[in-house]
Amino acid sequence: MEPIVRLEGIAAPLDIVNVDTDAIIAVQHVYTLSKSGLGKYLFHRWRFAIDGSEVTGFVLNKGPFRNASILVAGANFGCGSSREHAVWALADYGIRCVIAPSFASIFYENCIKNGILPVSLEDRLVAQLLALLERNECKKMMVDLDARRIEFPDGTTHEFNIQSVHRDTLLRGLDPITVALNCEATIASFQELDRVQRPWVWNRSKPKS
Amino acid sequence: MVARTLFEKVWDQHRITDLPGGETLVHIDRHILYEITSPQAFDGLRRAGRTVRSPELTFATTDHLVSTRRGRGDDTVEGGKALIQAFRLNTKVHGIKHFDVNDAQQGIVHVIAPELGIVLPGMTVVCGDSHTGTVGALGAWAWGIGTTSVEQVLATQTLAVRKPKVMRITVDGSLGHGVFPKDLILYLIGQIGTAGATGYALELTGQAISSMSMEGRFTLCNMGVEAGARTTMIAPDDITFGYLEGREYAPKGAMFEQAVSGWKLITTDKGAVFDAELSFDASSVTPQITWGTSPEHVMPIDDPVPDPSLIADQEARQTVQRAIDYMGVQPGSPLLGLPVDAVFIGSCTNSRISDLAEAAAVIKGRKVAERVRALVVPGSMTVKREAEALGLDRVFIEAGFEWREPGCSMCAAVNDDTVPPGARCVSTSNRNFEGRQGPRSRTHLASPSTAAAAAVMGCVADARLFGAM
Repeated sequence: MEPIVRLEGIAAPLDIVNVDTDAIIAVQHVYTLSKSGLGKYLFHRWRFAIDGSEVTGFVLNKGPFRNASILVAGANFGCGSSREHAVWALADYGIRCVIAPSFASIFYENCIKNGILPVSLEDRLVAQLLALLERNECKKMMVDLDARRIEFPDGTTHEFNIQSVHRDTLLRGLDPITVALNCEATIASFQELDRVQRPWVWNRSKPKS
Repeated sequence: MVARTLFEKVWDQHRITDLPGGETLVHIDRHILYEITSPQAFDGLRRAGRTVRSPELTFATTDHLVSTRRGRGDDTVEGGKALIQAFRLNTKVHGIKHFDVNDAQQGIVHVIAPELGIVLPGMTVVCGDSHTGTVGALGAWAWGIGTTSVEQVLATQTLAVRKPKVMRITVDGSLGHGVFPKDLILYLIGQIGTAGATGYALELTGQAISSMSMEGRFTLCNMGVEAGARTTMIAPDDITFGYLEGREYAPKGAMFEQAVSGWKLITTDKGAVFDAELSFDASSVTPQITWGTSPEHVMPIDDPVPDPSLIADQEARQTVQRAIDYMGVQPGSPLLGLPVDAVFIGSCTNSRISDLAEAAAVIKGRKVAERVRALVVPGSMTVKREAEALGLDRVFIEAGFEWREPGCSMCAAVNDDTVPPGARCVSTSNRNFEGRQGPRSRTHLASPSTAAAAAVMGCVADARLFGAM
């Protein structure tokens, strides 16, 4: 996984609450055996009309926002389906950071596991940032994960909180599976004891025939 | 001994080791797979040269993408064949029990897992699907995960988790005549909001819950995630044990007795402390329906749609306006009488035998309105057989419903069961997001009874007026 330490880029304002993963990537675009190439489907139903033409009012179709690497949105971002395709689509499009007042849990975890930084900022700050971006398009902003600090396009800086384990994972590009595999012996002894304590978990009854 | 909650007891049972950084490695007792969110996980496993650590704790079903048409095959749904066949190969290679397309026990993952006794009280259960919390109704700690986590569970049978906060919602009193578990959960989501339980392990308790059937409890826990809950649990009781006894993969005989004596202890201790507590009265719940594009956009069926001009907060006003515009509904007017184009009875929320019986009670002897396309999709082959034995299929077919093969169908619209652009559907499913049932589709969530009434009337209608319940 590509580590993320400090990110400077264009931020696109998406002033909508409860942006769900169906909106991020529609279900007909998850017919895939691969993780890559999903960026073209990102927000497809909002970006494109039924005839395939671009919806001019949608933020990612507007000038410099096409090259956004940061997305700023309303509360409860990523709610709904657990599809990790939503995060793969964001990453493939080039989004490395999403800023919102809050995130749905599964989406948040999927971000951490794919090198996308989810930043929770208080409502008031997100509203302020959205307003700034609507006025000052194409200004870059900066997110510094190492320092847990964000610099708005107006130059003001704000601290943000993130659990240390999530910060570490993103800074170092850690693979969670490797972390768990390092505990193999402990897992094995847990399972051995569990077979005795809760045999019904393990001795699943066989089908009748 | 410190008093512990139901969730904390299951948490303690599954702790393998605490990791640096505040997460805990927990053991996963049941991992359930389906065709859409797993191929990249198997692929990752293959590339890393890893195997499935505990295939005996892993089960699979093909449910999302599968066609629900009679005589269906791998290629009935355009573009689906590659995923269905890759899944068949992956489960076969790794020795995973798979309830494949036309298996006699195939069905929606969250319907078959309890129905076959695969999930039991006190277990940890994960699946790459956000509605995995459904089976928390058995007293299991169940939650939805992404594909990277699916790969980790395949490889290690563990996940690293930070201990969530715990919330308890107590629902006392009893549901009134013509009011169903679906109405209760929609009501609760309306009360606390779609992010009302975000980050919490939610426990549901109270008289209304303890007197409810297992099937009703599944409907409640199914939609806990729509309030943001990481997992939704109900303490196992005699109704739970009675439901599980004799199910195919559940323990039998002496081992069942041994298990039950352990399961009886998985309840919240007196004096256990919750991080948040709420209580509601079931008798104040009436039939509910959603008017907007989030499950929290819900109201009693005879209430008027909110009027944005009366909302002071600008952001809230814009959100309501956006939903009203999308749905094409009239602010300040009730939905009753609004013409509908489609009715869907099915999904992991409401496709069990009691749901079909609830709808059939309204349908019996009546006809689906001419303008309406009505679909019933049983949650599993087992539910389908049971319904056919009871003659429910005849009730639906004679009324003009399509009687389909099991699958997720028009809830997720992954297959070809979709609502056309601009069309309006009363649906027993769990999400009314923009485009959820097909591009530009409009969804009103409701109980099977309310959906059935809409099918007959051709418009949003109050099922209590049918007097059939």
